[in-house]
Amino acid sequence: MIHSLFLINCSGDIFLEKHWKSVVSQSVCDYFFEAQEKAADVENVPPVISTPHHYLISIYRDKLFFVSVIQTEVPPLFVIEFLHRVADTFQDYFGECSEAAIKDNVVIVYELLEEMLDNGFPLATESNILKELIKPPTILRSVVNSITGSSNVGDTLPTGQLSNIPWRRAGVKYTNNEAYFDVVEEIDAIIDKSDDVSFHPCIRFKRWESERVLSFIPPDGNFRLISYRVSSQNLVAIPVYVKHCISFKENSSCGRFDITIGPKQNMGKTIEGITVTVHMPKVVLNMNLTPTQGSYTFDPVTKVLTWDVGKITPQKLPSLKGLVNLQSGAPKPEENPSLNIQFKIQQLAISGLKVNRLDMYGEKYKPFKGVKYVTKAGKFQVRT
Amino acid sequence: MSSNSFAYSEQSGGGEATELGQEATSTISPSGAFGLFSSDLKKNEDLKQMLESNKDSAKLDAMKRIVGMIAKGKNASELFPAVVKNVASKNIEIKKLVYVYLVRYAEEQQDLALLSISTFQRALKDPNQLIRASALRVLSSIRVPIIVPIMMLAIKEASADLSPYVRKNAAHAIQKLYSLDPEQKEMLIEVIEKLLKDKSTLVAGSVVMAFEEVCPDRIDLIHKNYRKLCNLLVDVEEWGQVVIIHMLTRYARTQFVSPWKEEDGLEDDEKNFYDSDDDQKEKTDKRKKSYTMDPDHRLLIRNTKPLLQSRNAAVVMAVAQLYWHISPKSEVGIISKSLVRLLRSNREVQYIVLQNIATMSIQRKGMFEPYLKSFYVRSTDPTMIKTLKLEILTNLANEANISTLLREFQTYVKSQDKEFAAATIQTIGRCATNISEVTDTCLNGLVCLLSNRDEIVVAESVVVIKKLLQMQPAQHGEIIKHMAKLLDSITVPVARASILWLIGENCERVPKIAPDVLRKMAKGFTSEDDLVKLQILNLGAKLYLTNSKQTKLLTQYILNLGKYDQNYDIRDRTRFIRQLIVPNEKSGALSKYAKKIFLAQKPAPLLESPFKDRDHFQLGTLSHTLNTKATGYLELSNWPEVAPDPSVRNVEVIELAKEWTPAGKAKKENPAKKFYSESEEEEDSSDSSSDSDSESGSASGEQEEEGDSSDDSSEDSSSEHKSDSESASEVGNKRTAKRNSKSKRKRDSEDGENENEKSKTSDSSNADSSSIEESSSDSESESESESESESRKVTKAEHMNYALSKKNLLPQVLYAFTQEKEKKTKQNINPLTKDVSLLDLDDFNPVSTPVALPTPALSPSLIADLEGLNLSTTSSVITVSTPVFVPVKTHVLLHRMSGKGLAAHYFFPRQPCIFGDKMVSVQITLNNTTDRKIENIHIGGKRLPVGMQMHVFNTIESLEPEGSITVSMGIDFCDSTQTASFQLCTKDDCFNVNIQPPVGELLLPVAMSEKDFKKEQGMLTGMNETSTVIIAAPQNFTPSVILQKVVNVANVGVVPSGQDHIHRFAAKTVHSGSLMLVTVELKEGSTAQLIINTEKTVIGSVLLRELKPVLSQG
Repeated sequence: MIHSLFLINCSGDIFLEKHWKSVVSQSVCDYFFEAQEKAADVENVPPVISTPHHYLISIYRDKLFFVSVIQTEVPPLFVIEFLHRVADTFQDYFGECSEAAIKDNVVIVYELLEEMLDNGFPLATESNILKELIKPPTILRSVVNSITGSSNVGDTLPTGQLSNIPWRRAGVKYTNNEAYFDVVEEIDAIIDKSDDVSFHPCIRFKRWESERVLSFIPPDGNFRLISYRVSSQNLVAIPVYVKHCISFKENSSCGRFDITIGPKQNMGKTIEGITVTVHMPKVVLNMNLTPTQGSYTFDPVTKVLTWDVGKITPQKLPSLKGLVNLQSGAPKPEENPSLNIQFKIQQLAISGLKVNRLDMYGEKYKPFKGVKYVTKAGKFQVRT
Repeated sequence: MSSNSFAYSEQSGGGEATELGQEATSTISPSGAFGLFSSDLKKNEDLKQMLESNKDSAKLDAMKRIVGMIAKGKNASELFPAVVKNVASKNIEIKKLVYVYLVRYAEEQQDLALLSISTFQRALKDPNQLIRASALRVLSSIRVPIIVPIMMLAIKEASADLSPYVRKNAAHAIQKLYSLDPEQKEMLIEVIEKLLKDKSTLVAGSVVMAFEEVCPDRIDLIHKNYRKLCNLLVDVEEWGQVVIIHMLTRYARTQFVSPWKEEDGLEDDEKNFYDSDDDQKEKTDKRKKSYTMDPDHRLLIRNTKPLLQSRNAAVVMAVAQLYWHISPKSEVGIISKSLVRLLRSNREVQYIVLQNIATMSIQRKGMFEPYLKSFYVRSTDPTMIKTLKLEILTNLANEANISTLLREFQTYVKSQDKEFAAATIQTIGRCATNISEVTDTCLNGLVCLLSNRDEIVVAESVVVIKKLLQMQPAQHGEIIKHMAKLLDSITVPVARASILWLIGENCERVPKIAPDVLRKMAKGFTSEDDLVKLQILNLGAKLYLTNSKQTKLLTQYILNLGKYDQNYDIRDRTRFIRQLIVPNEKSGALSKYAKKIFLAQKPAPLLESPFKDRDHFQLGTLSHTLNTKATGYLELSNWPEVAPDPSVRNVEVIELAKEWTPAGKAKKENPAKKFYSESEEEEDSSDSSSDSDSESGSASGEQEEEGDSSDDSSEDSSSEHKSDSESASEVGNKRTAKRNSKSKRKRDSEDGENENEKSKTSDSSNADSSSIEESSSDSESESESESESESRKVTKAEHMNYALSKKNLLPQVLYAFTQEKEKKTKQNINPLTKDVSLLDLDDFNPVSTPVALPTPALSPSLIADLEGLNLSTTSSVITVSTPVFVPVKTHVLLHRMSGKGLAAHYFFPRQPCIFGDKMVSVQITLNNTTDRKIENIHIGGKRLPVGMQMHVFNTIESLEPEGSITVSMGIDFCDSTQTASFQLCTKDDCFNVNIQPPVGELLLPVAMSEKDFKKEQGMLTGMNETSTVIIAAPQNFTPSVILQKVVNVANVGVVPSGQDHIHRFAAKTVHSGSLMLVTVELKEGSTAQLIINTEKTVIGSVLLRELKPVLSQG
């Protein structure tokens, strides 16, 4: 299936390669670079590229390209999903998935890649299993290892690998047993939502189907239990509104920009962490604005305006006003830019979803239970 | 060595690249500056020294640096001898890194690599399964042809290993050996055959992968393992699931007959074929009618369904394509929701999923129409995602949603992303051709775009307009004139060429402009683009033929210019045209037909989806994404006419049980033990004693739990003992299934369904196999697999308890999640705009265009569309059904006395309204009771409560004396009984009239199963429930009377009821789509309880008030 993997940074350097079958030359990446050049924007590089002898399937994550080389028919999503899993694993091990982190830990990266695929077919992708096979780097451990000469590599097969519950290793013991639930909801303002759920494999599907109860043996550590989508009918409450007035004068080198944000249906909770991002039209040279609250930046190269608003206090609504300098002589932009809004509301799940009860069976101790609710903006776009 | 590497590269398929690779890697280090080169050498020297040292830490450091070199693609091959010595190191990390090195360079250093082989052979016998497995992995990854026999032997041994992990690695090794030496195929197939029988979920995915690579055509190997694979599927790891599902899709298409019925398979290829031959058709009809799905076919469809909920996008897509390719068409709908969910994922996943949806949406609009808005484009989407979404939106466009879509498209046309704007214009063109109602509107919109500032937009519009005009060469002189003017300003060659072509084609319709255009073009001929020049020549020729008086000289001038053009094609075209149109003595017979040749009616271009031809690829594959056949693509075969013998899938269980259980041990262990023993028994002998303790503990614990169902279970277990053929895992499963069903008593009706299915299954399988062999054992195994699949999920828990020792029995967390207000998903389709025909494309529609009005009657397809809409947006249970027939009740709208002879009545036809899905249909019958014509009957001023909307009927020009006419209207009453007041006007008068809907008419009937009804009812309790007691004579409580009375009052659908004394009716409100559940429960004596559950408590209680007297009166 997956023949080779190349990691490429934004400036086009191949800084890591790994082959699971015979070696494929780096030169195969030239086809990728060609496509990248054609696409202009990194986001537009096609995930699947056909070359005379191979197929390249790539993902773009954290400013890195993961380019895999394929020789025969394979479901593209299989490879894409796997590559994301690799990136997730790096994130998990090194705290970030960056070129520096990967280069610093190249041996662990190599050991991981070796365990994750055999002959191009995924072998161990559960983080629990991998962590037993290859220990994540910590400062303490590397000091101890250098003194004692012990290693980061486990020498027995992780029990999870053999069981039907690969997500939990055997014999987990803690003095404090805690179960926390973070209910994180994201509001998507253009896309409709309807109820649909996806589960972590630990959830027993039949119980959910018949009793609408989530019954599971939890993995050890953080994990995503379920993802759900709620129909938009329940979500008439959109927590913020935006008043906007953006105009560009014909035959003039300036325009006006004025936006105000206010709370709406926030159910008594504070809306915080508000950020507004606007992709201004190309003819905008600079912006001269005054925020009543927070701070703003405008990048004249990418033409992205970012306004970090913070909290909304209903007494004084935050606004951002000022002038826009346009390239003189260029025609005025035809369309006003869309506003992308980020925000957070603590202690609120806007769909009304609630963790009703947590029962635990088969253990004598009582775990500490905690539930946290957060509502966030997902892809929240306001057309102006 | 060189010959070896050649042999490899030849079979690896990418010959050139592989060789290149070796060349590149071996030249990398010398390619640097000379100084660097020497320092490299030195560096490697110290690495060598470190590797030879007797300190593990130094060796480890060296190995880490070497791996770093490999990772960067630097050549480290010269260190081979120093590295390979450490292959037997005691330090596991060093050993692992040496393995990494070996696998990378063994191919280049074959002789030296052989030195390491004995170490691996030894390790293959190691008591630690991890070491055995990794030895096999490395051994099989060393691509040295000489060791093929050793590999073969190792694979054979490993395939019989007690550890499933080692067996899994053996399955991987099969593929490696096969790619190294394809001659081993036959022997490898034997191993595959053996491993396919493996019951471990760990092995299943890997061996199927090996099967797909080595012998995908040996479908016969699957037969006996088919049911097992279906049943194991949920528990296989996610990557294996993808591979197995794809393989089983192919399998199903060769083994089962088509479940696609003639009616719903309009796009079915077979259809046209049979249409031609009536006899044939009858035959197939018969065949189709008697179609019953093979239980194995059903098993696959049912067992894959839960996987739609997987977190892994590849698994969801795999199930989606399975449903698309093998399930009955009526069941495919369930995949849409899950696919739409995947659109929240990262851009790569979106890209692939959107491509697949694009292909599906061409064939089956209905599937994705409810999710129309999910495909709306965000300005921040990458262009490739935008264009795919646009493609899908176009495929989904129909009469009902086109107005909404066109408005959305307007936003896109203005996008800063010009490539996308251009694609949108093309899309508008496609919508215009596909949906005749909006052709003119679209055309006008496009004409407006001609004055856009952006040239790309204008050019694209010109091209699309050209295509549209070609399709309907009606009176479009104005547009053509407008476009002719554009020639002065527009510079994009394609657009100029299109305009010229259009003028040439219609030169007789614009007789004054055409010659003038030619004059202008002649002036600038030399500076035009080649594309434009060719069209100037064509225009000249056409004008010469139709209007030679004015254009003869001009054309000759152009022909002269063309004769000396630099471009070959233009000179060629010039010569050709001259010969054809200018009469001379040499001109042949053809010139007589010149006019026919040039001005022939040209067929209009077909504006089609680029995804139209992709459907012959299996969905979800690389080939589908690339739209070309990828290497190794396995064709999906057509359904067989007659199903191959289904009994081949029957399993002789005896053989299986023996397969993996060592003969000595098997007798000692009880059946329950075997289940986990596969995974555990081999590991540590010291553990095994404590293991067995814990098992008996947990097993007995379970016995207690089973308590009340002990009758069944004992009976059960006796039967188990009878047939030692039964595999242990099934025993375990059965038990849990029992427990399971106990806890599931609540969902009686669903169980009932399953029951039915079960009996059906075993029935038909009996029938199938009776002629062949012992049917009894067959049906038994059948029902087993049923229960197994049922209990699969629960089994995980038990399996756990078995597999882990007592001391760390895991917490089973049970956790209830309730949605506080689990409201029903409601209709969320945009309302149709006020009028399909009169689109208010606000900023680009200066000319109002007359368009044919939609006929007021519902066309069947429209009904289907509307039903389709309802069906899929709401949760699956809300399906609008056809109303129960009741005599039409008319109400007076305007009495003839007060209407000066004009009388009007109205009634509610109880059909979904064609003017908007939130509107109630109202039909108005107008009578002229005077002795003269009444002219210009229309609706004047409206006084509607806030939110209420009304779609009026078209003005009636005149109504003859004694004449009568019925017209349709739609009123959105906002789910209230408020009055809609408006004026009914004639030429001379205006009359105030009112329509107040009876509450029962604000509903649409819903088809629902009893189970769904109860479920919904369970969620609508408390404030949402109103009830009352009714007293009436018993003769009024017969089912037919109750039905009659209820449907007379309200437009509700009957819910089939299992109990004689309870009658249930379901409907939804027209505006908000809220459910309205009516229950009449007969009690002792002559009383009955009437219960209404709905979120809309107001209408709920009004309905209750209205129903009560009706039901109680004699």
